[in-house]
Amino acid sequence: MLMLRWARRCGFTAWLLAVWASAALAQTVLPVPALTARAMDQTGTLNAAQLSALEDKLAGFEQTQGSQIVILLVPTTQPEDIAAYANRVFNTWKPGRAGLGDGLLLVVAKQDRKIRIEVARALEGAIPDLAAKQVIDNVLTPHFRQGDFAGGLDLALDQLMALIRGEGLPPPTPGSPHVANDGIDWMDLGVLLLIAVPVVGSLLRRILGHKLGTLVTGGAVAALTFVFTASLLMAGLAALLAVLLTFIAGTPLGSALLAASQQGQRHGGRWGGGDFGGGFGGGFGSGGGFSSGGGGDGAGGGASGDW
Amino acid sequence: MMRWFFTLIAALTLSGCGYNDFQRLDEQTESAWSEVLNQYQRRADLVPNIVATVKGEAAFEQETLTRVIEARAKATAIQVTPDTLSNPQSLQKFQAAQGELGSALSRLMVVSERYPTLQANQGFRDLRVQLEGTENRITIARNRYIQAVQDYNVLARSFPSNLTAMLFGYQTKPNFAPQNEAAISPPPAVDFGKK
Repeated sequence: MLMLRWARRCGFTAWLLAVWASAALAQTVLPVPALTARAMDQTGTLNAAQLSALEDKLAGFEQTQGSQIVILLVPTTQPEDIAAYANRVFNTWKPGRAGLGDGLLLVVAKQDRKIRIEVARALEGAIPDLAAKQVIDNVLTPHFRQGDFAGGLDLALDQLMALIRGEGLPPPTPGSPHVANDGIDWMDLGVLLLIAVPVVGSLLRRILGHKLGTLVTGGAVAALTFVFTASLLMAGLAALLAVLLTFIAGTPLGSALLAASQQGQRHGGRWGGGDFGGGFGGGFGSGGGFSSGGGGDGAGGGASGDW
Repeated sequence: MMRWFFTLIAALTLSGCGYNDFQRLDEQTESAWSEVLNQYQRRADLVPNIVATVKGEAAFEQETLTRVIEARAKATAIQVTPDTLSNPQSLQKFQAAQGELGSALSRLMVVSERYPTLQANQGFRDLRVQLEGTENRITIARNRYIQAVQDYNVLARSFPSNLTAMLFGYQTKPNFAPQNEAAISPPPAVDFGKK
């Protein structure tokens, strides 16, 4: 019976693998291009001046309003439907501020003669599907029919930006780090372990005695690590390390090492300081480099059209 | 002292063997499922408006219209309970009902092409855009649910987290099949002879 179940399970897994492999073969969809600018043209439709005008317009809007809009012109989205392609690109790039997710993507597939405005979930209130469809039908389609791509895109941006302005989103906060730092703060953790632990450990050991002091230090480090990383395993490891460090610090060799490390720290200045984020966020926008805010979540909002 | 040590070890092993991951992914599938239901509800809410608008068209095909109304009634009549998610049969029933509504609606949209006054009606065109957006959202919500279930099932099957799953009785969850499996399976019949 057990053998039978085992065999069935293996069979099922093999079947799953086969299905997956065939899906992978059948799925030769276009790769998502790298996000290098706010206005990207892979078709050579827009000249350099038109592209940089659009880029400036989008960059200016991002600086005053905070919301990120990206334009992408591709030759075709085949074999995918433009809505599926746009959603895939959107969720790879994730335009929009990290906490808010206010991003928008305008995709034009020139050979397919299709347009898609992909709206992040956060902007679905500002630009409902109908509004996006109206921008396509009233602005983009007539202009594109006459071959006026730059003019159509420019006017469409005006309308979309007006819609976003009307939503009353919070203004951009200058100098704040653009990319969300929601991972584990390894830097702080390292600083805590290497500097604070021997110092605090030796202090506690002097007050509480050798064994208890070491244990209390380990416990404190474990608690702190758990708060930082939310992982019991990490907390346990950190505690072990802390106990070890404190223990070594109690021996003559450890004292010498500790003194040396403190000396080095005095000479080296602050290397774990809090000035990190400013450097990242400040240069953004003015330097011309562009990166996505990483907050946009495309849940299928927006509209498609053709010309 | 010894007991504390063992508690600590047990806690460490549990989080190491994916207990927390199970909780996280389980919650993720549930929220993905809520989103699927949310979007299906949005479609169901659109149907009365579409039907009302189309009814205004004097000579509209009654059969197509009744099919949509019936399919909607059927789809909204299915009670979705937490049990639906773990039971492949009820999930399939739910899916079939929603699939029927989807195909009835797309049939309605195809038929509506034949009525120029309907095509010129701004209200109908708006509803059409909304329906299109909703179908699009359903597709994405379904894809996300499929992905979430896949993540959960991979965790439940792979070593060593499958031991945790066994210990706590976590089963793999049934997933969505392609919406119109039956329609895709047979090769399309191409016949140039007629007409």
